[in-house]
Amino acid sequence: MNLDAHISEGPLAEQWSKHKFNTKLVNPANKRKYDIIVVGTGLAGASAAATLAELGYNVKAFCFQDSPRRAHSIAAQGGINAAKNYRNDGDSVFRLFYDTIKGGDYRSREANVHRLAEVSVNIIDQCVAQGVPFAREYGGYLDNRSFGGAQVSRTFYARGQTGQQLLLGAYSQMSRQVTLGKVEMFPRTEMLDLVVVDGKARGIVTRNLVTGKIEAHSGHAVLLCTGGYGNVFYLSTNAMGSNATASWRAYKKGALFANPCFTQIHPTCIPVSGDHQSKLTLMSESLRNDGRVWVPKKVGDKRHPNDIPEDERDYYLERKYPSFGNLVPRDVASRNAKMVCDEGRGVGDSGLAVYLDFRDAILRDGEDVIRAKYGNLFQMYEKITDENPYQVPMRIYPAVHYTMGGLWVDYNLMTTVPGLFALGECNFSDHGANRLGASALMQGLADGYFVIPATIGGYLADLPYDKVPLDHPEFKKTIDDVQNRLGKLLSLKGDKTVDEFHRELGNIMWEYCGMARTKEGLEKALGKIREVREDFWKNAKLIGTNGEFNITLEKAHRVADFMELGELMIMDALNRNESCGGHFREEFQTPEGEALRDDENYSYVSAWEYKGDQAAPELHKENLKFDNVKLTQRSYK
Amino acid sequence: MNLTLKVWRQKNSSSEGKMVEYKAEDVSPDMSFLEMLDVLNEKLLKKGEDPIAFDHDCREGICGMCSLFINGRPHGPGEAVTTCQLHMRSFKDGDTVFIEPFRAKGFPIIKDLVIDRGAFDRIIQAGGYVSANTGSAPDANEIPIPKDIAENAFDSAACIGCGACVAACKNASAMLFVSAKVTQLALLPQGQVERKNRVENMVAQMDEEGFGSCTNTGACSAVCPKEIPLDNIATLNREYLKAKATSDNV
Amino acid sequence: MGWFLSALSSSIGRKVIVSLTGLFLILFLIVHASGNFTLLNAGDDKGAAFNAYSEFMGHNPLIQAVAWITKILILVHILQTIYLALVNRKARPVGYKYEKPGQSSGWSSRNMTFLGIIILVFLVLHLKTFWYVVHYGEVPFVNGDPSQGKDYFKLVAVAFSQPWYVALYLIALVGLAFHLWHGFQSAFQTIGWNHPKYTPMIKTIGKILAILIPIGFSTQPIYIYLLTN
Repeated sequence: MNLDAHISEGPLAEQWSKHKFNTKLVNPANKRKYDIIVVGTGLAGASAAATLAELGYNVKAFCFQDSPRRAHSIAAQGGINAAKNYRNDGDSVFRLFYDTIKGGDYRSREANVHRLAEVSVNIIDQCVAQGVPFAREYGGYLDNRSFGGAQVSRTFYARGQTGQQLLLGAYSQMSRQVTLGKVEMFPRTEMLDLVVVDGKARGIVTRNLVTGKIEAHSGHAVLLCTGGYGNVFYLSTNAMGSNATASWRAYKKGALFANPCFTQIHPTCIPVSGDHQSKLTLMSESLRNDGRVWVPKKVGDKRHPNDIPEDERDYYLERKYPSFGNLVPRDVASRNAKMVCDEGRGVGDSGLAVYLDFRDAILRDGEDVIRAKYGNLFQMYEKITDENPYQVPMRIYPAVHYTMGGLWVDYNLMTTVPGLFALGECNFSDHGANRLGASALMQGLADGYFVIPATIGGYLADLPYDKVPLDHPEFKKTIDDVQNRLGKLLSLKGDKTVDEFHRELGNIMWEYCGMARTKEGLEKALGKIREVREDFWKNAKLIGTNGEFNITLEKAHRVADFMELGELMIMDALNRNESCGGHFREEFQTPEGEALRDDENYSYVSAWEYKGDQAAPELHKENLKFDNVKLTQRSYK
Repeated sequence: MNLTLKVWRQKNSSSEGKMVEYKAEDVSPDMSFLEMLDVLNEKLLKKGEDPIAFDHDCREGICGMCSLFINGRPHGPGEAVTTCQLHMRSFKDGDTVFIEPFRAKGFPIIKDLVIDRGAFDRIIQAGGYVSANTGSAPDANEIPIPKDIAENAFDSAACIGCGACVAACKNASAMLFVSAKVTQLALLPQGQVERKNRVENMVAQMDEEGFGSCTNTGACSAVCPKEIPLDNIATLNREYLKAKATSDNV
Repeated sequence: MGWFLSALSSSIGRKVIVSLTGLFLILFLIVHASGNFTLLNAGDDKGAAFNAYSEFMGHNPLIQAVAWITKILILVHILQTIYLALVNRKARPVGYKYEKPGQSSGWSSRNMTFLGIIILVFLVLHLKTFWYVVHYGEVPFVNGDPSQGKDYFKLVAVAFSQPWYVALYLIALVGLAFHLWHGFQSAFQTIGWNHPKYTPMIKTIGKILAILIPIGFSTQPIYIYLLTN
């Protein structure tokens, strides 16, 4: 298979304009003849649904939540990057592009990332026009902060709830289109399969989560905006319902899955408190602007943090990375936290935590200033841990947060199944092996507001207006497949709950395919995961029927897919004999313990093709070319 | 600690529900309330009983999906929290905990503790937006907005649409929810063009959904996880009266 | 006209009617209570001032017009609130099994209908004793002498010499106090009169009125009772 990204020739900065010009257009009067299916209503999905409807397409939008406003984009805290250079501090589209490529450890496409940086400025304009209440300065102009290891202040924010405000903006635009009759909304409806007719994506099969009704929807194109797959790890900062089913089903219908092993572990999360833990809570990494990360110098030092004198504290990030200090990128911060905990210097009951200390910041700026900046985060921390971070250092530990991998897409955001597009976290395209802070919101909205509206026409322009009727054999067959799968799940009457399997899967993934990976461990994990899978299909316990609101069935279907995806993640991690970004193979590190890339042999996107349940997936490589940046060892010293 | 739970069980929207008693044993104070229910559900499932259905998603207090009327209060005891942020250390060993769904005509029960809050979406669809087609926006800094106005707008925009305001109100009124969106957009320059139509249409939709009227008890704001101020309702009233008196809609 | 009716019949419109009528009735209460202070002179003038005041109120055409408006507004206030109370009950067809509303709102704000009913019962009794007798019954003359005019004070003195009647008055006034405690500031909230500077002032004034008006009224039956017994 030839993986052609369909990038226009020419200088980097002109590629997007040129591409738009070269893309066929659909006549305004003909747009209403096309039906677009949008799955997921987060930033990518809601913005795409609204914008495509504005253009005149008929949109059907689906989400599993009770309202599109609840998609997990809502939980993003820190902010959104844009190369506005409002601060006059030397920012530019090229610098944002460069930072993103470098931050991704040179495993993303130049053209995609440059486009992202280009449209970032339009996103801010668009959101402000919608009434998103971004933070402002006294003069009334927009405020910016520096975020996630950037040397310029380009992050726009709305207190600690930027994701919420941006999502509500996109949701409001979509709501408007619902009233105008251009978007039909299907809440509490989960996509369970993709319908491919003559090699093209022509519809989906869904389950109504309230009634259990299995339904088919026909359309001219299908947009997957279904987010990431972090919940493979059981514990992550993802929402409880976040799942990979839509993209996994697409994979099984011929869409290639790219870089599945690239997962981001976020350094500032609240540590696990016990076996009952159902999810992890992230605290914005903006905290690292003022908090200092440390552990005791001595192994097994169990003294109260406030009793440990200054010279017995190891501010390890400041020590190892004097120029970036506590603001090193996420992957570096997370890995270092794991290293000190592995040395036995972790804190808290579990020993799996490090301190994030605001003592010095409070002494320097006063408690009021710190409260004004981080009050809501401190409050959240106190609610969860019952400890007052103004007096006792916070305990933090890394947690799975974001997945850079996802469905392979070309420059048009189209997967290898024609007519099937993937937007936002669901695709693999822009963040390489590591995502910079405040870039997820940027990408989701870039894809939805500005990229897909420009590229989808190129595909649709050649498509007949007729929809595939729902009685087409392929629709019937897909419905049957879904019903059989659900029937098989419901027939499981073992003695273990789905959550128990999910936890087992999560433990394997975290242990062997988490922050640090080895060939040996990954191979072991492969065996273990297969055992769990086998066990699942024998001993899982389900209850009830399909014809009702059945939370056990919902979960079982998602976990079954997670188990298969977990296996592919491990295979990908095994294949990539290098360390880059979020993928750290212990065998491949510099003498100082930093990630050691192998640009010679691994400067490619690994894209996996499904070959049947019994066969091994086939690896395809899209080689990455870097004409505009020089590949360097990332250094934050 | 050990607790007695009295939970509303209802098979589906058309069946009758009742309170059913369960024991929650060995509850850790560090658990969240929903984790306590997770553990109970695991036990029920093992016994072959139907687990208790409840809505939840982000579990960090921002998506607005979790609900629950716990011991006579939406989202349980504690100020400015959602149920998912409520921890078991708020309870004592031996406590009896009553768990019910948010109840309102506008929020029909789907199953057990799960409710349909589609009415809120329909209210937003009626006008809770600024009509701004993608691509038509001027530069973001072309409209300076005084910091305090932006902050006030944010206070209202922080609404997560959970419905606690309706659940707490003795009249099941949705005024705080509606007023939050109306206030946010009435404060901002972007919201001026559609200001009058917005409030007229949103209030009409609110009334159509069968929510009660506001009697200013203040319960909504007191239980609001995002502490949306009660004076938003005064703003809504003012906006509505002004719009009715001066708009072109006859 | 359609827009006007639709505005008035919306949930907000109906509340505005309740607020405006309520505010007018508060004004009426203040005037009524002040006028009745003439009773407190009865120890010296045997009710002469009160009789003069009553005579004036009963025959001044302007006052009569206002009286009719008041009656209509009282009726509107009652009917609207009953309607809203019924609609609001329907907004939650299945109630909570366990509810502790005191955690989030004040008692009087939740019991305006109940308090209103107490006031209504009182009103009926009050009208029967005084207003009905004045208009349709026989008011005695001062010292039995028609040339000295009607002795309205006598009516009052007879009524307030009975302990149960005074007690009933006092109960109703407590109800009124709670009704006003919430009602005054609530009315301003409903008509959208809200301002960081003035709202706290309105709230304070509301509480002062909620205490002063009932105290003002209560001095009269207590004083007369002590005078006559």
